[in-house]
Amino acid sequence: MSIFQAIKGAAMTDFLGTFVLAMKVYFRRKPTVNYPFEKGPLSPRFRGEHALRRYANGEERCIACKLCEAICPAQAITIEAQPREDGSRRTTRYDIDMTKCIYCGFCQEACPVDAIVEGPNFEYATETREELFYNKERLLSNGDRWEREIAKNLELDAPYR
Amino acid sequence: MQGLVHDLGAFWGTLAGIGLSLLYLVAVLLTVAFILVFDRKVWAAVQMRKGPNVVGPFGLLQSFADFLKFVLKEIVIPSGANKTVFVIAPVITVLTSFMAWAVVPMAPGWGISNMNVGILYILAISSLGIYGIIMGGWASNSKYPFLGALRSAAQMVSYEVSIGFVIVTVLLLVGSLNLTDIVNHQKAGIWDWHAFSFIGAIVHGGSFAKVALGVVTGLIMFMMLWIFFISALAETNRPPFDLPEAESELVAGYQVEYSATLYLLFMMAEYVNIVFMCAMISIMFLGGWNLPWAEVTNPFIGCLVLYVKIWVIFFLFAMVKAIVPRYRYDQLMRIGWKIFLPTTLVAVAVVGAYVAFFGGNA
Repeated sequence: MSIFQAIKGAAMTDFLGTFVLAMKVYFRRKPTVNYPFEKGPLSPRFRGEHALRRYANGEERCIACKLCEAICPAQAITIEAQPREDGSRRTTRYDIDMTKCIYCGFCQEACPVDAIVEGPNFEYATETREELFYNKERLLSNGDRWEREIAKNLELDAPYR
Repeated sequence: MQGLVHDLGAFWGTLAGIGLSLLYLVAVLLTVAFILVFDRKVWAAVQMRKGPNVVGPFGLLQSFADFLKFVLKEIVIPSGANKTVFVIAPVITVLTSFMAWAVVPMAPGWGISNMNVGILYILAISSLGIYGIIMGGWASNSKYPFLGALRSAAQMVSYEVSIGFVIVTVLLLVGSLNLTDIVNHQKAGIWDWHAFSFIGAIVHGGSFAKVALGVVTGLIMFMMLWIFFISALAETNRPPFDLPEAESELVAGYQVEYSATLYLLFMMAEYVNIVFMCAMISIMFLGGWNLPWAEVTNPFIGCLVLYVKIWVIFFLFAMVKAIVPRYRYDQLMRIGWKIFLPTTLVAVAVVGAYVAFFGGNA
């Protein structure tokens, strides 16, 4: 260690320089978003919690083609289907294991009728694991609850598809 | 305060003494609570974050929320641990950190004890504090806390040496071990504060040799302030010397197995020690309760001045935590033994020469 370096160290020039820099940063505007009270913007393509949609007349869109089940890379979707009394093909069971899902969005890409979609909701943490095994009822109610936002997002994203 | 205890007689005097001690304790604890929030706020601001801002106005009550959280959690004692020692260790740490405060005078005449060997008492107590850490690490019966405790203890012991020598330079100038005397020695104004006594040497004048050696001594005392400051960082395991509990590398050193209230005690002790070091710096180098331009005789104003000084120095502690990268363990030991120890030894010699030839404890 040279004498010059020793003097520099003893004078703490490095520390003083950093201190001045830190004080400059200190009073800058903070980019923090106060999360539970403020939220950042979301893209219309955001892939969050799943939902099963209905047509405007209340009829569920899903036709049990099982394309989503087939394409799901995490095999999180389980579908069982049967003809309904009126003869139309419908699901009797539509489960998504949200703990398996990797939110890749392939299911909504595969769906020919825009039935299964990933909505903008990402705040659905639960206290137990079981609560994250979604069934058809839960997915349909999600669809009812988020229909407005989902329809808006689909419309906004439509020009780019 | 000693006068009060005397006047009231044995029984009521003792009772009043206990009450005042408790009051002092609560005051220190409240300071620690708010200084913790301040620490986190400064750290956040340097990183362009907001820091805690939900509990209470501006997050001021964050420490109390944390306190409740720690107290309400379950105390986990590892099955292989030595239970008695495991529980006693944090108690010893926190007790010694509070005991050191007993001799700190907050204002003229305000203090639990006006001991005439105050500095020796502080050195003794702060050495005892290391036992809590070693015991905690050993009693956990796990190799990581044990190694953490050894590193922590080695670090604290090493830096206590340089802290001791820095204190000796102050003692030589003052000629007393009493903390009140140390403050009174600096009462005239900022030029007499030990950190800035090179100004005082010129102001007081005298023969050329006296002024010259006085200025050299003053500059050395200014350096001693910084050596004391850095040693205090190492002594209290603060960043950049927080090797035993480096958050990004290790878990928490000797505290790995501790949880809930026991962990809280360790952490509280750490911050009480930090505030204590801030108080020591302001008392020994920055004139204690005296204003830069005048002596303070009103205890209330004196208390306030000392308090402000403690916060200003703590701001430096917090800034160092925010901006200085962590040292390696060998670098830490190198600074302690190869740089600070020789420097402080030379400083003791020079200050001793000044006092012997011109000082007469002045």
